[in-house]
Amino acid sequence: MAERVGVYVCHCGSNIAGKVDVEEVAKWAGEHIDGVVVARDYKFMCSDLGQKIVEDDIKKEGLTRVVVAACSPHLHEKTFRRACANGGLNPYLLEMTNIREHCSWVHKDPAQATIKAKALVSAAAERVKYQEPLEPMFVDVNPTTLVVGGGIAGLQATLELADAGYPVVLVERLPSIGGHMAQFDKTFPTLDCSACILTPKMSEVGQHENVRLVTYAELEEVSGSVGNFKVKIRQKARKVDYDLCTGCGVCIEKCPRKVIDNEFEAGMGTRKAIYMPFPQAVPRVPVLDTESCIWFERQRCGACQKLCPTDAIKFDQEDEIIELNVGNIILATGWKPFDCTKMPQYGYGRLANVYTSMEFERLCNAAGPTNGKIVLRDGQTVPRSVAIVHCVGSRDLNHNAYCSSVCCMASLKMAHLVMEKTGAEVHSFYIDMRTNQKDYEEFYQRLLQEGVKFVRGKVSEVTDAARAPHEAGKTIVQCEDTLTGRQQRYPVDMVILMGALEPQADAREMGLKCGISCSMAGFYTERHPKLDPVATMTDGIFVAGACQGPKDIPASVVQGAAAAARVQGMITKGKVMIEPVVAKIDEEHCSGCRICNNMCPYNAIEFDATRGVSHVITALCKGCGTCVSACPANVISGAHFSNRQIFAEIKGALWDALGAEETPVSAEMSAP
Amino acid sequence: MTTQAQGASAPPADAPAKKGKLAIYWAASCGGCEISILGIDTKILDVANAFDIVFCPCIADGKVRDIEKMADGEIDVCLFNGGVRTSEQEYMAQLLRRKSKVLVAFGSCATEGCIPGLANLHSREAIFDNTYQETCSTENPGQVRPQPATKVAEGELHLPVFYDTLRTLDQTVPVDYYLPGCPPESERIWDAIEAIVTGQLPPAGSVIGSNTTVCDFCHRTRTEKKIKAFKRTWEVIPDPDVCLLEQGIICCGVATRAGCGCLCPQVNSPCIGCYGPNGDAEDFGARLMSALASVIDSNDPQEIDRIIQDGIPDPVGTFYRFSLAGSLLRRGKLPARGNGHHHPAQKAGVS
Repeated sequence: MAERVGVYVCHCGSNIAGKVDVEEVAKWAGEHIDGVVVARDYKFMCSDLGQKIVEDDIKKEGLTRVVVAACSPHLHEKTFRRACANGGLNPYLLEMTNIREHCSWVHKDPAQATIKAKALVSAAAERVKYQEPLEPMFVDVNPTTLVVGGGIAGLQATLELADAGYPVVLVERLPSIGGHMAQFDKTFPTLDCSACILTPKMSEVGQHENVRLVTYAELEEVSGSVGNFKVKIRQKARKVDYDLCTGCGVCIEKCPRKVIDNEFEAGMGTRKAIYMPFPQAVPRVPVLDTESCIWFERQRCGACQKLCPTDAIKFDQEDEIIELNVGNIILATGWKPFDCTKMPQYGYGRLANVYTSMEFERLCNAAGPTNGKIVLRDGQTVPRSVAIVHCVGSRDLNHNAYCSSVCCMASLKMAHLVMEKTGAEVHSFYIDMRTNQKDYEEFYQRLLQEGVKFVRGKVSEVTDAARAPHEAGKTIVQCEDTLTGRQQRYPVDMVILMGALEPQADAREMGLKCGISCSMAGFYTERHPKLDPVATMTDGIFVAGACQGPKDIPASVVQGAAAAARVQGMITKGKVMIEPVVAKIDEEHCSGCRICNNMCPYNAIEFDATRGVSHVITALCKGCGTCVSACPANVISGAHFSNRQIFAEIKGALWDALGAEETPVSAEMSAP
Repeated sequence: MTTQAQGASAPPADAPAKKGKLAIYWAASCGGCEISILGIDTKILDVANAFDIVFCPCIADGKVRDIEKMADGEIDVCLFNGGVRTSEQEYMAQLLRRKSKVLVAFGSCATEGCIPGLANLHSREAIFDNTYQETCSTENPGQVRPQPATKVAEGELHLPVFYDTLRTLDQTVPVDYYLPGCPPESERIWDAIEAIVTGQLPPAGSVIGSNTTVCDFCHRTRTEKKIKAFKRTWEVIPDPDVCLLEQGIICCGVATRAGCGCLCPQVNSPCIGCYGPNGDAEDFGARLMSALASVIDSNDPQEIDRIIQDGIPDPVGTFYRFSLAGSLLRRGKLPARGNGHHHPAQKAGVS
C-alpha cells in the first residue's frame, strides 16, 4: 500500500519564516513529492494547536507517515512523536527535519534557503516512507548513583541522594573530599568561614550509611547505559590499609621527610611524605606519596610502618580496580586554576611577591602555613600596599575568552581580608566589575566604602624595574586607568593575580569515557543551556558545579542539588525507556567473521562460540550504527537507520540533481 | 541491483509438456561463464531435455536475425553474461530483454562489471591509445583506430561503437535475476536451472544464491580482529589454520557472498571477492573498506595512513576488482564528450 504522508512546515514565528518561504515549501511538497497527501504550514507547530493539526490529519486523512519540518529533533521530536501517538500512529513513523538550525539560521539568501528547505523536506519525506513502527523498551533503573568529584557540588548531590534514602558511591581523585572550598579562608559575600560550613557536610558524607566513599581513586571506564551503567574505578594504592587505619596520625608525626605541598597548600606550605591534606580530611586515612618517601627511594626508614599501632602501612599495596553497577552518574569534577606563568608579563614565578589567588587563600587561611598572617615571601614583612589584578587568563583572547565569573567577588573578599588583617592600601584592577547575584552588589558597595581603590583597566605589566626612587624595592603594576585615560604606575608590596577557572586537564578524556561532549573551552556541555542545565546528551549522565562552567559556591550547590533531584526522579520512576533504535544481527546469515566484535563502544556485541555467530545485547545497544557499517556481510541492520531509509533520504535530498545523470544509455542506437 | 523487470517474472516452466526456449549470450566477457555452464557435465543433457537452446554463439550456430524474428517474450530464459561496452552488446541486451520472459544477469560481468569494468577508470580514448598505440608490442605508425564506419572500395564497413563506460546488464535493461561469480560455479548454475525448471524462484530482482558469506564455509579459526599491518600474498606463507584477515592478508571472504565453497582460502589463498557483495549490500568495496577500517589496530592518524599506504597499494583493484562498474562510485565527467557514439568520428583519422 502506498504510504500517505503528511508534511508540516513550521514558521517558528519568524525564526524560519523570516528566511524560508514556508508557504512555498509546503505547497511544493504537496505538489511534487510522491505520496504527500497533506502539506501545511503553520505559525508554531509545537503549540497545542499545531500538534492538534497533526493528530486530526492522521485521523481524518488517514496519514500513515508524518514529516515535520521545524527545529531540531532534540527540542521537539518527543512533542511530535506524542502527537502522532495521540493520533493513533506509531511514533516512529514520524520524521523531523531541521529547517531552522540547518537552514534559516545559517543562510543569508532567502531564495537559496527556500531551495535547501525543499531538499530537506524531500529527503525526510522519501525517508519516512521506509520507516517502520517500533516499540520502545523499558529497563529497571539501578538505584545506586555514582558521584564523581567530592567538591561542594558533588558533596551536595551525594547528601541529597543519600538523605533521600538512595545509595551513593562518591569517587574523589584526591586523598580527601572537600575540593577547592576546603582551601578557602572565607566565602563571599557573607564572609562565613569556609571550613566551618564545609566540614560538617564532609563528615556527614563520611559517616552516612548510604554513602560509599572512595577517595584517592579515579573513574576509569564507563559502559552500559542509563539505568544500568557498569563502571570501573581505579583505587590508587594509598599504601595504607583503609580498614586497619584508625587515623591516629602517628605515621605522619614520625615521618622524617618534609616536602612542599603543591596540592592543598598551593605550594605555600609543607607536608610529610605520608600525609593527610588537612586536619579535617575525610576520610581520616593518610596517603603515602611514594615519590617522596625514603622507603621507596632507598628501602630505608620505614618509620611509619614500624610505629603504626595497627600495622596499617602496606608498602606493597597495589592499585585496585573496583567494578560497580550504578544507575546514574553525576560528574562534579570541578575546575583547575589557570597557570599564571603563562602570562610572564605579570611576573608570577619570577617576582617574589606576586601571588596567585589560591596562594593568597592559603596565606590568609587561619589553618594555613602562616596561621592566617598575611606576610610577604620573606615570611615576616606585612604588606603595606596590595594590588589585586582581575581577569588573569580569562576575558583574554590569548587564553580563555570566557569570564570566570567568581573572581570579581573573590577579589572583593580578598581586598576586605587584606584591609581587615593588615590595614594595607588595596588597589583592585578590574575590566568590568561583575557582582550580579544576591547581595553581591551590596558587598561591592561595602568595599567601596571600606576604601578599596578601584582602577578600571587591564594591567599591562607587573615589574620590579623601578623608574623612580619611590618605586625602588617595590613591585610595580603598570596599568592604563581607562576612566582617566592615563597610564599609571602603582608601586606595591604584594600583587595577587586572580587566575581564571579552567576545566580540569583531563575533562575531555573524562567526557569521552562518559559519552558527553565539552564546549570549546573544555567545560561539559549541558543538554540545554537554559532549560536543562544539569542533564547531558547522554541519558543518565548529569553534570554539576564548575565542570559545567565557572561557578561560585552557591551556584555549585544549586547544581549539585538539581542533579540529585533529576537522578531521584529517574530512581523513583523505576524504569527508563530505551529507544528501540538498536542494531540487530541476522544470526541466520551471520558467518561469524568477528569483524564487529571489538567495534562496539558500548560492549553490546557478544560472540556465541557454540553457534559461531555474533549477537547484539539489546539493552546495551545505543543504536550508534558502528557495527552496522562495519559488517562486511551486511547482515547487521540498524532499526530506524536502515540502508533503504538512508538511500531514500539521499535521493530525496538530491531531488533536483538526479535525473540527468540517470538517463539510460543511448536510445538512438542502430543495429550492429 | 535495483532495476526490476517489467512484467517478466512468470516462471517459464508453467507449461511442462512443451519444451522451453533457452538463450545464452555473451557480451563483454571472457567466455569462462560458458565453460562453467558446460561444467555441469552430463546434466547438460537434462538441460537439453527441458529446453531448446535457441541461441548460444559460443557453442552453437545461431543468427541474430532469427532472434529478431521471434515474438516478444518467446524465449523463456536468457542467461546473459558479460558487461555492456559496445553498441552491439547494448543492442543484443535490449533485443534479448524484449524476447525473453526471464533475463538472468549471469556471472560477475553482467552482474557488476567484473574485470572489464575496471577499464572504467579510463576513458575510451585512453583505452584506445593504450591498446592501439602504447603497448610495446604494437606498431601502428598510421595511428589507426577502429571506426564505426569505414569506406572501402566494396562499400561501407561497420564496427560496433565502443563506449566510454562499461555498464552492467541492469544498468542497460531491466533484469530479473542475478547469478554472481567469476564464473558462477557449475553447482550453483545447476541449482539455478533447477529452480527455473521447477518454478521455485525467489522474488524477481533477487540474487539466486545464498545469503551468507564465504567465511561461513571457511574452517579457519577466528578471533577478534586487530590488524597492525596489511600484507600482500607474496610476503608471507599464511598459517593454514588461522583466519587470513587476522594474519594481515586482505581476504575478501568477510564481504563476499558464499557460493564458491570457499575455494581460495582452502588452498591458503585469500578470497578476492568474485561472488560479489552479500545480501542486498549496495557496494562491495565500501562494505569491505569500512570493515577493514574498523579493525586497523591504531588510533594514530599517521600510523593508520602508513598501514594503509604500505599494505594496500592498489585500493581499487583490491576493493573493486569485480564490482567497480556496478558500484555506487561514478566516474567524474570525461573530457571527451560522454559516450563514443555521440561523436563517432572524432580524433584519429582513418587510414
